[in-house]
Amino acid sequence: MDKLRRTMMFVPGANAAMLRDCTLYGADSIMFDLEDAVSMKEKDTARMLVYSALKTFDYSSVETVVRINALDFGGVQDITAMVLGGIQVIRLPKTETAQDIKAVDAAITKVEKAYDIPVGRTHMMAAIESAAGVLNAREIAQASPRMIGIALGAEDYLTSQKTYRHEDGAELSFARNFILHAAREAGIAAIDTVYTDLDNEAGLIRETKLIKQLGFDGKSVINPRQIPVIHQIFAPTQKQVVKAQKIVAGLKEAEAKGAGVVSVNGQMVDKPVVERAQFTLELAKASNMETEVD
Amino acid sequence: MEIKHSAHAGTLESSDLTVTLQPATAGISIALTSSVAKQFGDQIKQVVTVTLQKSGIQAATVKVNDKGALNCTIKARTIVAAYRAADKTDYDWEEINSWIN
Amino acid sequence: MVENKLGRQIPEPYASQYGVYTGEFTHIKHYQRAAAKVQPVKPRQPKLMQSIHDAIVATGLKDGMTISFHHHFREGDYVMNMVMAEIAKMGIKNLSLAPSSISNVHAPLIDYIKSGVVTNITSSGLRDKLGAAISNGIMANPVVIRSHGGRARAIASGDIHIDVAFLGAPSADEYGNINGVNGKATCGSLGYAKIDAKYADKVVAITDTLVPYPNTPIAIPQTDVDYVVQVDAIGDPKGIAKGAARFTKDPKELLIAQYAAQVITASDYFKPGFSFQTGSGGSSLAVTRYLKQAMEKQNVHASFALGGITSAMVSLMRAGLVDNLLDVQDFDHPSAESLAEDPHHYEIDAEMYASPLSKGSVINQLDVAVLSALEVDTKYNVNVITGSDGVIRGASGGHSDTAAACKMSLVIAPLIRGRIPTIVDDVNTVVTPGASVDVVVTEVGIAINPKRQDLMAMFKDLNVPQFTIQELRDKAYAVTGTPAKIHYGDRPVALIEYRDGTLIDVVNHV
Repeated sequence: MDKLRRTMMFVPGANAAMLRDCTLYGADSIMFDLEDAVSMKEKDTARMLVYSALKTFDYSSVETVVRINALDFGGVQDITAMVLGGIQVIRLPKTETAQDIKAVDAAITKVEKAYDIPVGRTHMMAAIESAAGVLNAREIAQASPRMIGIALGAEDYLTSQKTYRHEDGAELSFARNFILHAAREAGIAAIDTVYTDLDNEAGLIRETKLIKQLGFDGKSVINPRQIPVIHQIFAPTQKQVVKAQKIVAGLKEAEAKGAGVVSVNGQMVDKPVVERAQFTLELAKASNMETEVD
Repeated sequence: MEIKHSAHAGTLESSDLTVTLQPATAGISIALTSSVAKQFGDQIKQVVTVTLQKSGIQAATVKVNDKGALNCTIKARTIVAAYRAADKTDYDWEEINSWIN
Repeated sequence: MVENKLGRQIPEPYASQYGVYTGEFTHIKHYQRAAAKVQPVKPRQPKLMQSIHDAIVATGLKDGMTISFHHHFREGDYVMNMVMAEIAKMGIKNLSLAPSSISNVHAPLIDYIKSGVVTNITSSGLRDKLGAAISNGIMANPVVIRSHGGRARAIASGDIHIDVAFLGAPSADEYGNINGVNGKATCGSLGYAKIDAKYADKVVAITDTLVPYPNTPIAIPQTDVDYVVQVDAIGDPKGIAKGAARFTKDPKELLIAQYAAQVITASDYFKPGFSFQTGSGGSSLAVTRYLKQAMEKQNVHASFALGGITSAMVSLMRAGLVDNLLDVQDFDHPSAESLAEDPHHYEIDAEMYASPLSKGSVINQLDVAVLSALEVDTKYNVNVITGSDGVIRGASGGHSDTAAACKMSLVIAPLIRGRIPTIVDDVNTVVTPGASVDVVVTEVGIAINPKRQDLMAMFKDLNVPQFTIQELRDKAYAVTGTPAKIHYGDRPVALIEYRDGTLIDVVNHV
């Protein structure tokens, strides 16, 4: 079943207090940033700080992701430290080609082998931040079995497109749709870009509704305040929950009877619909909705 | 590892600290300034000392300016200060990973 | 040494002199109310003095007397420093200082203590430099820390007898009618000053805004005032609102506030006509905001909100969600303005607010109080006076009063601050006994005092993580490590009075 990735919160790798507190706010994933949030001369300290935090704090309530530097700018050391620290997902920024992913995959494999870590334990995701990256999204999404998702990074992408963020998001519609298709084709998650105007809650709501409608799994966030807003939009409706409960009840009934086919009210239900119903119930639970079957 | 020159790591943000290392002839001596010295001064010195020893440093003059950092932060800052002071950039991750917790 | 009910050691002679804490309400007994000595004012006798010096001379202030001030100007107060400078110049010594509280801005007191002008202090609190100096032992006699209700009780019962009260007055007429809502430095309510005016033998009103007679509205009447002095400035309006009343954006404070609001709205007390008190700190103010949302959504309005009033509470009243504000002190300018304009925003004195020996104070009618803490221990005792390093830096305020009297007290605090755990084995200093504390709210979840089984049942299905207080302590220590115990000296530097006048704890020098 799909994993919940409604929110992926950026945490600057150099900020000791945030590394301690970041699990408090209910984000589904935490993305430790060793890249843009860290100055060139502090890459070593941030890497060590995040590594030490991974070895110390209980991050079991979230998915841990790290945004590493490019391989020739400290990325190899980043990978070594993070894989040893037990990170779940390595996120490569500014991904342009499948080869970028394959190179990181190889670097991870090297570390896993060197330190007796099961090869493949560490997952990957790609951030796409350029026209080339968007157009290569299909190959990127399928470049490695480690891949669990693609994220759109809009700021750099729009600069390269010679435009900037607008309220209606038309400038991002191609990239969003294309990335989403690439992700779905590969069976992995699609994460939307950050919404940077922190004080504009109405704008965040509008954008989140849009990307949910398109089919994104969730959104990157830069401040804990954005998390409940996004989660509320991703919460299923009561009607969806009731329908999902019926389908899951049908599944249980079928399993009890040893039947291969799930049916609800005499209608046969396909496997993807059953899986979607299970996901809806998980989402409802994460949204603090009542999910007990009466 | 041997300290070749003065080096430091860390910041003075809340919950962080700076660790400054200088060469010394023998032993580790620590001058600690901390907002939590009364409650945690001994623990802070202990963590710094053990971290330096684990990094193979037997002699250093250490200045610590602590703003309420947790042990994992103290370890991280101390290790990097040590590597910087020793002019080493290729971290021995296997070795660090063997003792850090 | 006498051990009080909380196991705190109270040294002699103080244990005998004050008595030791035996329980929240065990010491509430009838008494003879104290009264001021009055020097009547005859017709055609003026009260206006040319200077603070002349007023001090007129009051007959002498060595060994007790003087008082109010703290309504908070960090913006000029009056205490101005008067103390004059008193020091006049060579008067050995005074007892009994202000309602002391702020950072009063650090010059250190010099007056060193030079023997001030030899005794009672106050709600002591801040940075003065608190540190006193913790280091610069006074021979320990400071007596009293809650706001406890101070009102001490004055009404004669434990504190004020010889001369110097009261900063935002506006006054020449005959001594005072209010806090007009003038250059408006502080709003004069709730704490009213007690001093009523019980002090001599009262000097010090104003920078002298208005034609009669100065209305009258918060403190001419019948309580002996002399009036005009000066250039009594306070800095910016300092009055300093450190309070800003809506926090700190996600941790917001999370704590959200949990607190969830506890309140899920309680049986949250129904039309309920009442509440929240403080002026970041989290506390955010609680008010979240409460407002819930009140709007569920159409629940409050009969009154109490205490230190902030603009957040004023906005609730203006939105029709709170019927009355009962106001002993204001934390910002909009609150002072509202007091001036709105008849349902009502000025009350400290005795009415919180005295345990009044004929029933407002807190006795209060449903829910949201209080802060520097430390909470596994017995639910709360410290709001000493830092975790044992140094005095806080204020007792209305904490123990409100916690004891209200129907449900919430103590909200982050689990850890930097590396300092807030939930600990034993607080450094007990100000409020665990018996008065019902729910502790942190960013990781809440702990309900097991003595409140009714609340445990009430919050059985509450969607906020719940722990025992020991579990919260363990969570804090797991992150910070176990703090070393503070090593105190053997000399008491502060006696912590419980609101009833007995000693609940003692702070020794560090």
